[in-house]
Amino acid sequence: MNDKLKDLLKNGPIAINIGIFNFAESLKIQGVEVIHMNWTPPAGGDPELMDLLDQLL
Amino acid sequence: MITRCIIRKNEYYDSVFLMRVAKQIAEQKGVLQAATFMGTEKNKGLLADIGFESGEISSAKPNDLIIAIRAENEETLSSVFENIDHWLNQGLEQIGATSCRTLEEGVAFLPRSNLAVISVPGQYASREAKKALEHCLNVFLFSDNVPVESELSLKEFAREKGLIVMGPDCGTAIINGIGIGFANLVRRGPIGVIGSSGTGLQEFTTLVHRFGSGISHAIGTGGRDLSDQVGGITFLSALDALESDRETRVIALLSKPPGSSALEKLIQKIHLCKKPVIACFLGLKYQPTHESIGCKLVRTIDEAASLSVQLETGNPPSLSEKNHRELEELIRQHQTAKRQEQKFIRGIFAGGTFCYQAQQILRDAGISVYSNVPLHGNPKLPDPLHSIEHTLVDMGADEFTFGRPHPMIDSGLRYERILAEAKNPQVSILLLDFILGLNASPDPAGELLPAIVEAKHEAKKHGESLSVVASICGTENDPQNIQQQIKILEESGIITFSSSAQAARFCALLMGGS
Repeated sequence: MNDKLKDLLKNGPIAINIGIFNFAESLKIQGVEVIHMNWTPPAGGDPELMDLLDQLL
Repeated sequence: MITRCIIRKNEYYDSVFLMRVAKQIAEQKGVLQAATFMGTEKNKGLLADIGFESGEISSAKPNDLIIAIRAENEETLSSVFENIDHWLNQGLEQIGATSCRTLEEGVAFLPRSNLAVISVPGQYASREAKKALEHCLNVFLFSDNVPVESELSLKEFAREKGLIVMGPDCGTAIINGIGIGFANLVRRGPIGVIGSSGTGLQEFTTLVHRFGSGISHAIGTGGRDLSDQVGGITFLSALDALESDRETRVIALLSKPPGSSALEKLIQKIHLCKKPVIACFLGLKYQPTHESIGCKLVRTIDEAASLSVQLETGNPPSLSEKNHRELEELIRQHQTAKRQEQKFIRGIFAGGTFCYQAQQILRDAGISVYSNVPLHGNPKLPDPLHSIEHTLVDMGADEFTFGRPHPMIDSGLRYERILAEAKNPQVSILLLDFILGLNASPDPAGELLPAIVEAKHEAKKHGESLSVVASICGTENDPQNIQQQIKILEESGIITFSSSAQAARFCALLMGGS
């Protein structure tokens, strides 16, 4: 078991939220250290461009 | 009446947040209709359906925000557009919204992070989850529409790294007392649970809480984990984790029927587990022996919760909050008030697992029902929008949630369906579920109550008596206040239960099932 999984179970989540803002909000209400990412669809949401980008990275 | 649409280039918000913003705008005086969407093709189609079409909308991209408003006059429109930033920015500062655009930046910002909570649209989800695993983060993956091949590859990668992927399509988890996604606020305690469905985990954890015990961890796996294609990777990792977790003393497993090879792997693991294990495989065609599985097997989620508490405390908690005499009296009252042609049950569910479990309970009582998500052997409802005879419908299924919020967040579709069912003089019972907790509607009972009252009133006008039976999944710690929710419903003559299984059993008895 990875230390990060042990840490998650022993000490609870410290979270990076990607997507629905409310999920970060509900974690914060429970006292969790959380950041909400300013996520946008990669390559402007263009699937072909996204594939190309993935091949380059 | 005046309409205006504006496009904000490269300004992304999630659909749930935008729904909240649209609702707030629509509540402003003089606003007739408000829609806030990202510029995906699907969303542009939805906007066209409600009469918002323009060249600008057509050219919007998935990263562009579309705000479309119809108002009584120019003054109202101008005022709304002047305040739009107020609604779009609300809450962002308080919850630690960052300018981090990539996961690399996020991890650098919060290096102690141990979990990525991912709920981006399905086509982007695997990519983000893979990056999270590469950065040694466990993953809670709420997104659906992730191909099963991607799920397998993510889970194999996680297993290699000793991490866990909860999901995809994982609605609920409770880790070390913290609810993630759609979770209830329950007591901490010695019972660990692994479940393939969010509402199944919610039902289990709230019942354990009601029975006086508590939850160490509730680990969601996503609905396909125990398919043969995925092989139960998350179930097996979670079972290892709960076995080695010092707080956990009893482990419960909840799932629809596993694939045969996945079940084989799970059985091997259960046989080796040093802690007591209870399993509930809803809808299983055959009932294997306890010995063959190596653990206690139960038929329903409330039985799993009750047995888990019993194993832990030595005392069996009572499944029902109503005694035999009360139940018999209720059944007698309701049966004698029926007209002869009133013979059908209509279940209108927000929780898919509740719909599935109710089908199993009714089938065990000799009652076959139509459903849009039929249990093996039950007939499929040809048109999900129209019930036939006995029907239980899962209104959280894809055909209802395409471009619309899930019924756990917004009761609109269930409201209309309740009214439609009540128009049929052959309908005798409405079976409903109310799901409380984090991220769910702030007042599910209050939202549906006018429809239920109207439905009962309509039935009465025609000399019929409509029985409304409801389960409420929640605790006194949830933001919605369960006691208040029960009170709202019971004051209007709705029969309530704290477990969806109990509500379904009561309906079976009311229908004269065996």
